[in-house]
Order: sequence, then C-alpha cells, then structure tokens
Amino acid sequence: MASRTSPETLKSQKSPAKSVLPKVLEFALLIAVNIFSAWFITRLVALGYYPLVAVIAVLTLLVDVVMIRKQAYPLRWMLVGLVLMGLFTIYPIIFTIWVAFTNYGEGHMITKQQAIEQFLDRNYLPETGKAYSWTAFKTSEGEYALWLIDDADVGYLAKPGEPLVQAVPGDAGIGELDSKSIPETIEGYERLNPFLATADKTLPDIQFGEEGKTIQVRSPSEAAELIPLYIYDAEKDALVDQQTGVVYTNLRGTFTSSAGQELKPGFVESIQLTNFWEFFVSPAMRGPLVRLVAWNFGFAFFSLVLNFGLGLAIAILFNDKVFPFKKLIRSLLIIPYTVPALITILIWRGMMGELGIITRTMQDWFNWSPPWFTDPWWAKIAILLVNLWLSYPYFMLISSGALQSIPDDIYEAAVVDGANPWQKFRSITFPLLLVAVGPLLIASFTFNFNNFNLIYLFNGGGPPMAGTSTPAGHTDILISYVYNLAFSGGTGIDYGFAAAITIVIFFIVGAITLFQFRFTRMWEEVSENV
Amino acid sequence: MSSTSTYQRIRSSAKAQRSFSIGIRLVIAVFLIIFSIFPVLWVVSASLDPSGSLGGQSLIPRNPGFDNYKELMTSGDFPFWRWFGNSIKIASITSVLSLAITTVAAYAFSRFRFRGRQTMLKAIFLIQVFPTLLALVATFLMIKQTGDIIPFIDLGTHTALILVYLGGAMGVNIWLMKGFLDTIPRDIDESAMVEGASHWQIFIKLILPLLRPILIVVAILNYIGTYGEFVLARVMLLGDRPQYTLMLGLQVFTSALFNQRWGVFAAGALIGALPIMIIYLILQDQIVGGLTTGAVKG
Repeated sequence: MASRTSPETLKSQKSPAKSVLPKVLEFALLIAVNIFSAWFITRLVALGYYPLVAVIAVLTLLVDVVMIRKQAYPLRWMLVGLVLMGLFTIYPIIFTIWVAFTNYGEGHMITKQQAIEQFLDRNYLPETGKAYSWTAFKTSEGEYALWLIDDADVGYLAKPGEPLVQAVPGDAGIGELDSKSIPETIEGYERLNPFLATADKTLPDIQFGEEGKTIQVRSPSEAAELIPLYIYDAEKDALVDQQTGVVYTNLRGTFTSSAGQELKPGFVESIQLTNFWEFFVSPAMRGPLVRLVAWNFGFAFFSLVLNFGLGLAIAILFNDKVFPFKKLIRSLLIIPYTVPALITILIWRGMMGELGIITRTMQDWFNWSPPWFTDPWWAKIAILLVNLWLSYPYFMLISSGALQSIPDDIYEAAVVDGANPWQKFRSITFPLLLVAVGPLLIASFTFNFNNFNLIYLFNGGGPPMAGTSTPAGHTDILISYVYNLAFSGGTGIDYGFAAAITIVIFFIVGAITLFQFRFTRMWEEVSENV
Repeated sequence: MSSTSTYQRIRSSAKAQRSFSIGIRLVIAVFLIIFSIFPVLWVVSASLDPSGSLGGQSLIPRNPGFDNYKELMTSGDFPFWRWFGNSIKIASITSVLSLAITTVAAYAFSRFRFRGRQTMLKAIFLIQVFPTLLALVATFLMIKQTGDIIPFIDLGTHTALILVYLGGAMGVNIWLMKGFLDTIPRDIDESAMVEGASHWQIFIKLILPLLRPILIVVAILNYIGTYGEFVLARVMLLGDRPQYTLMLGLQVFTSALFNQRWGVFAAGALIGALPIMIIYLILQDQIVGGLTTGAVKG
C-alpha cells in the first residue's frame, strides 16, 4: 500500500472534455485498423493465401465488435492480447487439428485442385498424332511462328492461338522455299537459325495452334501435336489416362489405379479418423508407440519423484531459522536453475559423451563407463539424471517456501504428544506440503511430459529403435517423436499423423490439468471475500 | 503449563545434539554443492583450456589462458556479440510488452464481471498446455506469407519473432497476475469509483503501484524464458545467421562442431549464461516469492 493517490487528485483531473477526445481517438484508431486490414486482405487474396485471409477477417471483426459494443467493454482491456493469441496460438492450433484429420505430409502437400491442374497440364504424344520437323521465326516484338513440315513434306504455318494452316509461298507474306522446303523469309518475321532456336528458353513453352490441338516443340528436331494425357472425371473422382485407358481413382489423396499404381503428386485430403486409428490400433505403429508412451509416462513420473524428492530432502535438511551460511548454500544450490537449460543440457551432453570428463574419469578409475548414449537403459538413466540436476533447485525453492508456511505450533503440539521426527514428517509436514505444492507438482508433471528440449538437445531421443517404420528412439517421448515425424527430414514426413499424436498429447495433458483444477482451489475468486 | 515445561525440557536436551547435526548437514551441503556446481566449474575450466577440444580437456587446465575467448570474439562464423545483443534486445522488448498485455488483461479478469469470463480464463489455461510444436508449421507459413506483403514482419526478422512470442504472452502469466490482483481489496477501487475516477485511472494510479513487486517478478521470469527459448527462434530465424539469438546460435554451433570447438562453446555459454545467473542471484528472494505465490497461498 505504498503510494495511494487520494481520490481528490483523481477527481480534479477529470475535465469536461474527457469523454469526447478519447472517443474520437478511439474511433480514428478503429478506422485505421480496418483500413489496414482491408488493404492487407486484398494483398493476401491477390497472392492466394486464403486461410490467412480468413484469420485476419475474423480478428478484424472481433476488434470491431469489441470496440463498438458497450457490453464488450471488459474485452477491450485484453484486445491486443486476444488478437495476438488468435494469430499465433489459436490459429496454429486450429491448423494442427485440421491437419490431424488429413494426410498432409510428404507427397501430399498441395490441394486437390492444384494437383488436378498439374495432371491436366501433362500431355503426351499420341502414336497416331502427327510429328513435324520445325523451324522457328520471330518478330522484332518477340512473337513466334513455326514452320512445320510433316512426313509427306507438306508445309504448315503455326502461330500461337491461331489454327494451323497449310501454306505455300505467296500466302501471307511467305517467301520462296529453300532446299529443305523451308521459306527463306516470312514477312515481319526473322528466321532463327537452329542453334539460336534450340537455345531459346521461351520457345518450348509456347503452344502453337488453336486450343485443344496445340503443337509444341518437344526436341530440337521435332514438334508435335500434344494432347492432354489425363481427363478428370468429376463424377467418379478419377483421372483417366488417355494413352492407356487406365482409370486412376482417388484413394486417400492419391490417384491410384486398380493395380495399385500411384500418380505423383498426391494432395491433401481429409481422411477422417485414420490417423487416430493408426495411433491406437495399427500393428505397425503399436510396437514403438507402446514403448514410447510407457517411457513418456515413466519419464514424467520418475522425474517428478526424483526431483521433488531431492528438492524436498534438501529443503527439510536446511529448514532452520538459523543455519550457518544458509544464504550462501542456497545461492550455490540454485545455480543449476539459473543457467539457461539449453546451455546446461548441452554441457551434460558434452560431459557424458564419449570424450567427456565423466566417461574418461570412469574409464580411468574402473576401466568401464556407462554407455550413456548407446544403451537404451543407460540413456534413460542419463536423461533422468540430467533432469534431476536441472530441476531439483526449483523443488527445493518451492518446498522450503511451503515449509515455512506451516505454522510451528502444529509441530510443538506433536512433540508434546510424543511424536518422533519421522511421524512428524509423515503426518504433518508431508500432507500439508502436498496441499501447498500439489498444483505445482502437477504442472511440473505436465511440463516434463512434453519436455522436448531435454530430449532433443541431450540425445535426440537416441539410441534409435531397430526395425521401426518411422524414426523412433529409446528415449523419445511423444513430443520428440512428433518432431521426428514432422521436421527431421529424411524419411516420410507425415504432418497428419504427427498432428494426431499432438492432439492425443493434448488430451492427456489437458485431462491432467482439468483434474488439477477440480482438486485445487485455483478457480475460486479470492477478491470476493476480501 | 505442564506442556510448556515438557517442551522446554525436550528443547534443551536436543540442544546438545544440535551442533553435531549442523556439522553433518554442512558436510552434506558440501557434497550437494559439488554436485550442483561441478558442471559449471567444468565449463569454466573448458573455456580457459587452450587445447579447446572436448577430449583434450582436463579439469584443471594446463596453461590456462583466454584463447577461447579471443577466438569467440574474433571468429567470423560465430558473431557472438551480435547474437548476444539480439537475445538481450528480443528478451527485453518481449518481456516489457508481454507484461503490459498481461497486466491489463489480468486487471479486466480480476475487476470486471462479464459473461464468459470463467470460460475464457479456463480456455486460456487449457490453450496454454496445447503442445505447439506442430503448430509451428502454421506459424511458419503465416509469417512467410505475411512477409511477402509486409517485409519487416518476415522470416528472419526479430519483429516477427517478438510478435509470435507475444502471442503466447497471455497464456503464461495471466493466472499468476490475476491471483495477485485478486488479493488487492476491491474497496480501493470502489471508493475511487465513487469519487468519479474511471477504470483506467484506477488501474494506472492505484493498482499499478501496488502491483510493482509482482510486475518485476513476471517481467524477469518472462525475460528468462524468452532468453532461453530456441525452438521458435529456430523456426523463425534459421535461414538468417546474423539474426540468430544466442541460444539458437549456440545450438546450431554445437550441432556442427561440438567436439572440436568445445572450448569456444564453453566460453560463449558462460558469457551467455551470466546475465541470467546474475539476475537470479541478486533477485532470488523476489523470484522465489513469485514462484511460490501459487503454492504457499494454495
């Protein structure tokens, strides 16, 4: 209650103009925000970034509603936070949920429409179709024309967008033919020599002739009438190969023939619950996943027990009002907690590594050292050890805070009743402490359940499990496995499956969190009774 | 009366054992301290060891010197000071802005009663435990697309990274802040309200000064969190080496040359860890207070 301004001062600052100027500024700001959004959305639409368009539109609407409606006044206080949360937390979460129901991943990155467009652009040279030898002509404006000669030595003039015409010298400014039956000149055009024409980069992309019957340069010697290889049958949702007659039907985002042949690329498509189904029942996944989930829970549980155990033991040991060097001891003991975790994890990796001091010292002393990075069990022990080092100071701090909040007279009464130290601890200290730090313990469990940094930085989940269909290691937890699936590159990026696992993790962690709410008084409003 | 005297008797007999007990505990303390600071000592030693490699290092370095530090300062592929500056800049801006966003929002949650308030609070808490690792794909795409239109919010810019950090600001500390605000009696607001003060005036003039201790704690915790973060930084900045934060720089550096350049890494890690260590050791009481607020009040 240090500096309390008196109500008088507040009152005197209230000027008559108060309610007008802020309103005007507010309104101007709101208009500016809307203009900016409108401009931004137009640009986004032009570039085709539709999901982002939707997000910006929704958030702009939110801003408008909150600023205009009187009932939404409290929300104005958190508007900036809400908008940023919407953009960078909620939208990505919605994206993740959407992805979980799709096959988004390697080979399935583009939309169905984009994929079909790609397929429809593919042409082929039909066996019966005519092939020509060609000579290129070019105007000074950069327009091209082709002189084509077919097998029967008949000459044709082809221009982009115009029907192919059989032509002889004299027609449309065509000059005399040379020994190879190619006109020396065409009016307005310059004949390109074969080398120049072959080196021309735009030429192979130009479609000559009328639409549907276009002729393209295919090789230095040959131009041909190409026709589309595929026709899309919307009713059957299938592509029909015009050359072979094979029908490729859409099977989970890949056009697949009845013989199992797949057309690349595939596309993103909803596959409903398949990803979740795979997580829970697919035998291919079950092997590594069961072990992964077991270790995930084991890791979080043992971390909690060990870290809290050591932290609490230290807190009790030094829970004395007067203890020599108390402050110094505490300062030194919290040092692990003060170094950024990334640095300490990397330091431990170095120390326990093949060349590290721990390994070398043990080699010198016992002629043996634990295979911290190559043996599945030692790797797990190493992870727990490093995590113990990283987090016992935190538990020491919160435990000693909680210990001090336990009133002394309870202990005094217990002593009178003849309780021994163990009884005091078991029946007084520990229960009271658990009530106090319980929520933090649960929070710590959920934190460790997803402790990506530790696993990723220390050993990347290694050593690798043998014979798994996706990269998985013996110390991988679900979240680091998700990382392997989604980002590690190499084999089979599968965002869809990774997203499904993310959602499973969320359900586990969310359930624990809700459980925590039920049994703590966190939701209660303190201020109502003050 | 008799209970008091019994108690005193027990106290005085226990006094004899007390010095012994303290001695034992001091010995245990020494062991624990060794366990705590050994890795740090080892890094100090590594940073002073001119051999510079992981395998060549011994705990007490032969010919200790500052070669690693010199290399750190001058090496071209390791723009240490730049990264260090980036980290401090990003962490400072993020923690100040995030503090502002959180405090104002927490005030509204604590003081106003509106429909959906409890739901929003719970939702914010639940959203916060959603694993965002995969959501990074969406964040990455979004920033990339924004960058096509607004160049200063693009991949590789600190503005984008800070904005993304701020997107998580509300989730992290709003509960801590609201809890603290709830302990400030509402009579204060109400009496000012009767005098005709607006909510904003009450917040700025009355509430903020009372919040100062918790503001410092939240800002520091946020600063430390942002300073140590590397996953988001990696996604946002990876292509742009000079823009790295120090943690990202150290991580990328070690993944390539861990064993050979161990000494340089140690020197960089040590300087990088120093600001946070100093903050902790100076302000440990306040930080401990902040960490245990929820617990002790429980």
